[in-house]
Amino acid sequence: MIPGVFDYHAPTTMADAIALLAQYGDEAKVLAGGHSLLPMMKLRFAEPAYLIDLNKINELRGISEANGMVRIGAMTTENQLIASDLLAQKCPLIPEAARLVADPQVRNRGTIGGDIAHGDPGNDHPAVMLAVGASFVLAGPAGERTVAADGFFLGTYWTGLEEGEILKEILVPPVTASTGHGYAKLKRKTGDYATAGAAVQLTLNGDVCDSINIGLTNVGACAIKATEAEDVLRGQVITEALILTAAEKAMAMTDPAEDLRGDVEYKTHMAGEMCRRALRQALARAKGGA
Amino acid sequence: MTTAESLDRQDKLQGVGCSRKRKEDPRFIQGKGNYVDDIKLPGMLYGDFVRSPYAHARIKSINKEAALALPGVHAVLTADDLKPLNLHWMPTLAGDKQAVLADEKVCFQYQEVAMVIADDRYIAADATELVEVEYEELPPLVDPHKALLPDAPIIREDAAGADEVGQGQRTHPNHIFTWDVGDEAMTDRAFENADVVVSQEMLNQRVHPSPLETCGCVASFDKVRGELTLYLTSQAPHVVRTVVTMLSGIPESKVRVVSPDIGGGFGNKVGIYPGYVVSIVASIVLGRPVKWIEDRIENLSTTAFARDYHMIGELAATKDGKIKGLRVNVLADHGAFNAHAQPTKWPAGFFSICTGSYDIPTAYAKVKGVYTNKAPGGVAYRCSFRVTEAVYVVERMIDVLAHKLEMDPAELRMKNFIQPEQFPYHSALGWEYDSGDYPTALKKVMEAVDYAGLRKEQAEKKARGEIMGIGLCTFTEVVGAGPSKSCDILGVGMFDSAEIRVHPTGSVIARMGTITQGQGHQTTYAQIIATELGLSSEDIQIEEGDTSTAPYGLGTYGSRSTPVGGAATVMAARKIREKARKIAAHLMEVSENDLEWDVDRFRVAGNHEQFKTMKDIAWAAYNNVPEGMEMGLESVDYYDPPNFTYPFGAYLCVVDIDRFTGELKVRRFYALDDCGTRINPMIIEGQVHGGLNEAFAVATGQELPYDEQGNLLGNTFMDYFWPTMVETPVWELDYTVTPSPHHPMGAKGVAESPHVGGIPCISNAVNDAFMQFGASHVNMPHNAWRNWKAIHELGLDKQ
Repeated sequence: MIPGVFDYHAPTTMADAIALLAQYGDEAKVLAGGHSLLPMMKLRFAEPAYLIDLNKINELRGISEANGMVRIGAMTTENQLIASDLLAQKCPLIPEAARLVADPQVRNRGTIGGDIAHGDPGNDHPAVMLAVGASFVLAGPAGERTVAADGFFLGTYWTGLEEGEILKEILVPPVTASTGHGYAKLKRKTGDYATAGAAVQLTLNGDVCDSINIGLTNVGACAIKATEAEDVLRGQVITEALILTAAEKAMAMTDPAEDLRGDVEYKTHMAGEMCRRALRQALARAKGGA
Repeated sequence: MTTAESLDRQDKLQGVGCSRKRKEDPRFIQGKGNYVDDIKLPGMLYGDFVRSPYAHARIKSINKEAALALPGVHAVLTADDLKPLNLHWMPTLAGDKQAVLADEKVCFQYQEVAMVIADDRYIAADATELVEVEYEELPPLVDPHKALLPDAPIIREDAAGADEVGQGQRTHPNHIFTWDVGDEAMTDRAFENADVVVSQEMLNQRVHPSPLETCGCVASFDKVRGELTLYLTSQAPHVVRTVVTMLSGIPESKVRVVSPDIGGGFGNKVGIYPGYVVSIVASIVLGRPVKWIEDRIENLSTTAFARDYHMIGELAATKDGKIKGLRVNVLADHGAFNAHAQPTKWPAGFFSICTGSYDIPTAYAKVKGVYTNKAPGGVAYRCSFRVTEAVYVVERMIDVLAHKLEMDPAELRMKNFIQPEQFPYHSALGWEYDSGDYPTALKKVMEAVDYAGLRKEQAEKKARGEIMGIGLCTFTEVVGAGPSKSCDILGVGMFDSAEIRVHPTGSVIARMGTITQGQGHQTTYAQIIATELGLSSEDIQIEEGDTSTAPYGLGTYGSRSTPVGGAATVMAARKIREKARKIAAHLMEVSENDLEWDVDRFRVAGNHEQFKTMKDIAWAAYNNVPEGMEMGLESVDYYDPPNFTYPFGAYLCVVDIDRFTGELKVRRFYALDDCGTRINPMIIEGQVHGGLNEAFAVATGQELPYDEQGNLLGNTFMDYFWPTMVETPVWELDYTVTPSPHHPMGAKGVAESPHVGGIPCISNAVNDAFMQFGASHVNMPHNAWRNWKAIHELGLDKQ
């Protein structure tokens, strides 16, 4: 449980961080909260020769609203998400899901950017990002570019980040009065990754579902956008029967791996159950319930 | 005669019965404990193991060169280096032997292959990666049910031809022992003649005690003096010293074992591990202190698992529910070396307590131990030796029988309890139960929870497809090993000891052969002495764990501290009080026979104004004693208990299971314990809470699963289940008091009851939940996934 030898850098600006990453290439790993990377290093599953710690880069922290978008710095911690009044009003799914991430100690250090960029299918924010329709500002040697969350998650530890790029900021469109959200996460105990999880955000126009996004956690190589389930509900008056059909569609889109949390059959069913729970909750909220 | 004034004096002593705060807590709360990893000696080096990635493989070569070339590395030790000292193998407490470092082959994943000794633990960890070991993989044997097949891979080539490996005749190279007890023929007849017979296969899964502090040591050999000091997180430091002497040839007087503060043991810290032996050798060879501390993965993977008992229980009964016979067959998976920790003559521990709290006229139990390519062990995890397994099988079988008879499990228990007037009770498998009142305990619990109301609620819920279960457990433990006529470890009888010294000013220092690991000995022993000697527990200092100062004792496990060490403490204190009586008589110039004891003083019968307090007497003991009497006020007692003690309890658990996810919620858990005389009720409650938490962990989540290649899955705290405060149920506690008739203060021991009783109680509740819908027995751990499988098979999860 002792990591291999590595050099440690703690730049104070994004420019320095990008330059260091360019210099060391794939021998380097970027360190955010460290609660995924450091255990992997202690187990020597990861043995980077260089660590580039982003914790001293102030411009990467903070939550603000500009140009009609909520902007979350990549190094904002889970507890800062939970404490944010702005997020509670404008993107309530994010702090709600953040409360279910790991445990209080991890939430003190763990960051939203690290959770997204690590590419672990067990992390909660990827599915949440799919549900809220987020986009990501990626900074690299060639400047910045913005990409949608939908399509960013490509596989286990594999995202749309190109070599030399660092996730800088998360952009989230604010919710409206008729938007409802829900995050359902089944876990063995506090601090565990999801056996299965589902994030839902939907908007009603009258009784009709105007828009809907469903993201699934830890039931495939990466977070899954359950588009076939969304298609069942979009443009419809959502009924319990439709929720059950949508959950079936979501289950069909999963590809979980067996581990000690469960086998493929159990995880597939739990993806369905979490989907149903998140949908019911989102619908009730969109209709003005709690 | 008790007066308000004497009650007040009694309260001030904070003795037996007082929920005083623990004397050890201020240092722990302030982070001032001193654990083995806190010990730093000048020039100390660090050891780290190279471990096998394979469960079964031949070692073709070991190349140390690259590791030795790393700056800061002092040595790389392999079995070949230990051979000249004959220390590459060591004896186990079970009469088998265990490879200290793998000798030609490895027999389980993570087995110790080489140890690197380096300047610090970081260099040592780097160097372990540089040791090149070439393996030739062999077919692994993982399933114990296949161990004795004719073509099974032979695990222990070193012992393949041996007629026995310490526990009797063998029939196969992978066979360790077969042990049986009871009258087989008579039991068979009881089954043949029974109205009703039930049989159930069940598993006590392989688990690990996983104390918060892992195992470790600092070995320091002084070449000039020829003295070895070993700091060790051990539940049995004196036994370790004896074993070290046997292995090394260093006289016992020149070996000092010190167990400092211990961060939990739970059976994990009774045995001798390869890390200790190699650290000692390294210190002798290099002339410098060597520290070795396990990390969490090493702890869960190598040092002393518990259970892994594959059992078939059978009960024979009349149709109105009177039990006529019990039969149990066990296949015990001991892993690659028989390194369980039991008293020497007990290969299956005290498993024969499996007739439980019931008056079962005839019984037969058979346990067959086998080798597999898994880590060695088989220790008692927060229980007396194999008592958890025994209680599990009988308590589950009672429920299985009740189900078959369509009788309420509480009624079936009531019908078969050993009655209070039957004590001392001789069980069919040879135990003499000291005392108990089982019907009163169960009645009290049933009334407290409105048992009939719960059953009514369950039926209503069932009609709605909701899954609620009620579990009972009315257990009897056997603890306090034990009488030396039947219990020894390596030939040393299982007595324990206390040495008490009263200072001139009336403060006390006392040392015991036991060792606290969280039980609160420094408080409870002080309370015992306070009551016996009439001196405040606040001024009584308890020390344990240093073999150079404490009297020899067998240590703390199997709930033996209060039954054996506590009894020694009482007896030693009473010797002091007898001497004090003589001094008091001398001081008051009266006859000893005219004196009576009154809380903290001897007073003259009939003239209560004439007295001498223990403080007066302590002072006099150092300047004014009767002619011919030695000065001083101290005593020693080595207590060999006449019998074991038999704590018991009645537990009830209510569970609700989510029919769509399988998640389990323990809605109520009512635990009534009877541990005889209660020394510190607050500490008892803490013990019961801790044991119930561990029972909840085992019943609902803990397991050490292996894949077909013998790879251990789930050896970190990510997977190995420990409930946090969020998952932990609320425990409701209750008690009755049935003193032990043979213990000098009637105490029986309590710390393990909640673990032993809690596991079957929760498992009975879960099985009750499913059996009402027609399912058959489901094995532990009752995690959400496993529960859901049962639910899904029953079709209860339909939307």
